[in-house]
Amino acid sequence: MATMQAGSGAPRPRTRLLEDERWLAFFLLMPTLILLGLFIAYPFAKGILLSVTNTRVGVPGDYVGLAIFEKIWNDGIFREAAWNTILYTAVTTVFKLALGLWLALLLNRHFRGKAFIRAFILLPFIIPTVLSTFAWKWMFDPTFSVLNWMLREIGVIDQRINWLGDPDLAMGCIIAVNVWRGVPFFAITLLAGLQTISPELHEAAAIDGANARQRFIHVTWPLLLPVTMVVVLFSVIQTFADFQLVYVLTEGGPANATHLFATYAYQIGVRTGLLSEGAAISLAMFPVLFLVVIFQLLYIRRVETR
Amino acid sequence: MARVLLRNLNKHYETFHAVKDVDLEIQDREFVVLVGPSGCGKTTTLRMIAGLEAITSGEILIGDTVVNEMPPMDRDIAMVFQNYALYPHMSVRDNMAFGLKMRKFERAEIDRRVKIASDILGIEALLHRKPRQLSGGQRQRVALGRAIVRNPQVFLFDEPLSNLDAKLRVQMRVELKKLHERLGTTAVYVTHDQVEAMTLGDRVVVMKDGWVQQVGDPLELYNNPANKFVAGFIGSPGMNFAAVTIERDGDALWAANPGMRVRVPDAIVTRLGPHSGRAATLGIRPEDLHIAGPADDAGHCFDAHVEVVERLGSEILLDVSVGPSSMVASVPPTVRTKMHETIRLALDPERLHFFDAETEAAI
Amino acid sequence: MIEGAKWRRWVYFYIPLGGFLIWLLFPFYWMLITTVRPDGELYRPWNAPNYTPFWTSNPTFEHISYLFTETLFATWLWNTMVIALAATAISLVCGVFAGYALSRLKFPFAGSLGTMIFVTYLVPQTLLFIPLADIIRNFRIGDSPWALILTYPTFLIPFCTWLMMGYFKAIPKELEECARIDGASRWQAMVYIILPVAVPGILSAGIFAFTLSWNEFIYALVFLSSPQEKTVPVGVVSELIRGDVFFWGPLMAGALLGSIPVAIAYSFFVEHYVSGLTGSVKG
Repeated sequence: MATMQAGSGAPRPRTRLLEDERWLAFFLLMPTLILLGLFIAYPFAKGILLSVTNTRVGVPGDYVGLAIFEKIWNDGIFREAAWNTILYTAVTTVFKLALGLWLALLLNRHFRGKAFIRAFILLPFIIPTVLSTFAWKWMFDPTFSVLNWMLREIGVIDQRINWLGDPDLAMGCIIAVNVWRGVPFFAITLLAGLQTISPELHEAAAIDGANARQRFIHVTWPLLLPVTMVVVLFSVIQTFADFQLVYVLTEGGPANATHLFATYAYQIGVRTGLLSEGAAISLAMFPVLFLVVIFQLLYIRRVETR
Repeated sequence: MARVLLRNLNKHYETFHAVKDVDLEIQDREFVVLVGPSGCGKTTTLRMIAGLEAITSGEILIGDTVVNEMPPMDRDIAMVFQNYALYPHMSVRDNMAFGLKMRKFERAEIDRRVKIASDILGIEALLHRKPRQLSGGQRQRVALGRAIVRNPQVFLFDEPLSNLDAKLRVQMRVELKKLHERLGTTAVYVTHDQVEAMTLGDRVVVMKDGWVQQVGDPLELYNNPANKFVAGFIGSPGMNFAAVTIERDGDALWAANPGMRVRVPDAIVTRLGPHSGRAATLGIRPEDLHIAGPADDAGHCFDAHVEVVERLGSEILLDVSVGPSSMVASVPPTVRTKMHETIRLALDPERLHFFDAETEAAI
Repeated sequence: MIEGAKWRRWVYFYIPLGGFLIWLLFPFYWMLITTVRPDGELYRPWNAPNYTPFWTSNPTFEHISYLFTETLFATWLWNTMVIALAATAISLVCGVFAGYALSRLKFPFAGSLGTMIFVTYLVPQTLLFIPLADIIRNFRIGDSPWALILTYPTFLIPFCTWLMMGYFKAIPKELEECARIDGASRWQAMVYIILPVAVPGILSAGIFAFTLSWNEFIYALVFLSSPQEKTVPVGVVSELIRGDVFFWGPLMAGALLGSIPVAIAYSFFVEHYVSGLTGSVKG
């Protein structure tokens, strides 16, 4: 075999730096670290700094310690916003999980046009929230509401319902729209979880005499739990920090009854220009978010090591 | 083509000492097989030669160059992986050409080499296909072709046949042997299959727990295993072992346990002498046992209870119990024996092995 | 299919699924019908006898043409497109690089860096928008597309990194080892071998990042002030409402048209989007 002895190319001169794993990793991570440092870590530090001074737009502040936090703590609207946020997060999460799981179970069956229907179901999640929320706002319009018309047609009401004008009803509407937007996310991710459960397990359980309900409780649910936990935690974070929905539907009204942390922070920090108060209200979300993140990290680690 | 020299090679992972003081000289054009159970350090050794693992201490030379710090791309080696590692987004031709393109070969030279290699391997018709359109055997050939076109100093093989079915594996083994004869490139081959090691290797390196147990040509390992591990690892079915005590009776030595009493052949009496009165392990290969006949010395015979009879066609394997120990005897297919019978077996005294009971080294 | 009598199939399957579909899709139908409904029909009170909610007898394009002639809607579409594409491109490059480093390379603090990026993945925009607005002003990029092109990656990169890590982990490491032995440097092995193999993952991350960028609201609301700089969501919210008066026709037309680019992108890559979505929550 004298055919291949043409020798291999001589070693090429080139920079060796990127052959070292550590330098290559450094180089690859650099852009990410710069961007995250500039626009996450820095604003975070700046936010803390703002909240211990009394800065307004155009007026550099002085150090005031925890006075700002004390001030917002004694602010009735802040307290109501805090309570609203907790209520909003808890109620929407329960509904999103229940309805999402139901929808996922429906989609987990075989039927014609499944891929098509699945694609359509995600629409509320991918269409910009602000825009779809406007459609809801229009449907909740006090004078022209199609919902009122429907309810009257089926004979439930004869007086109009002022959906967004009544504090309790407004909160209900906000919750309903959030559930509407979140159910597809729950359904599709839970469906992905369901699809990883081997059908043999169901067959084995059926042979062992379990009915559909028992199979769900003893086979499906335990195997779905890890995915469910992660989805719920993601959703909790997103919902807790929500802004757009309330901003569009009520802007925190009527009479500040539907403020969340984020909308109230916007109201105070941007609309009113009290930067320090606004930053402090935003930061008030941090302890809860932090706990959820820690919980999530621990949970993921536990699932991984299992 | 070049020799490969490993000098006092060590690899530590955080808490795990994977490769221990390996010294090995692989000659130019030689086919050396590293064999051992999983976790024995054979793959780590190969990956250090390739440059995929950092060396903790020691030296590796390819040709006359110390390559310890040299990245894999400059070592001028080619490697065939267990899962073939074919680039899924490239055609067979591009897979084979990739290494040459990286080394800035001329287009014409690349085409020429790909043509030659695909002729050798009989894969000309597959050149335009993607890896996922190939069968296991075809993928294996493409992986080989990718190594051949490079015409490297050294071929490295990491269990390349493990993912093939049994029949194809035997066939590819033969082809690999022919290929090596034709190309003559130095090759280092890792496997856990001792049959592959015996059939392919000019020399075989048996490893266990990071240590080299023995280096030698296949027959040497088979006939003169250095220790009990090598004796048991090489050969199929494996060597029988029986715990015995060495007893002195005048000039003669006997190896005895409650089921057998075997006279030690004169040739090794002197070697075994210092062990008299001590425990040892007797080793005898299944093919060195036979049904006792009138010609057999009584000192080399013993009774055995037949537990299972395995008829393989060309031979019969008898699983027998001899006192406290179990043995396998390979006898001709003509032997008529049934389960639960007691038969008398004789052993070939020239082919007895003895191992120190503690160190397990051959005596 | 589902076993059992026909009525069971209706009660347990068709009716609930149909209900879900109507509930989830009705608002989009409502956007559409409002868009083409003339004002005269639009502003009939809910209890008016001639209230015909589900269809219109004389469809019109007046709202759409209003949108394009009387407002800066076309500019907003263009702004949103540019910003979403640029932010997605930056995030993909950063996320692919970081994901590759974190899943494939050994280096000090790899674990804690991975955790840090995961944690930033969970930081909501509403936590930082006030100090960030200050910083944007100080950098003098306020009221320009750069304010968003540079800040959107902060929530896109962690997601892209997370998703790409999962993809890279599923690619056998022998591929790049083989490439490196074949004469490729680490960098070349990544560019020529691993990235092409990871294209489905990159597409998933890209389409997901694009929809998230298109969707973003609060940064765009706070960082942009000139009408001609705005994105679709902010433009529709702030420019189509005069005081308390809602121009529902143009509003719904804007909502509909503003959704179409993202819906088109989504429809081309549904499978990638879904795998990105499910990958995004994989622990």
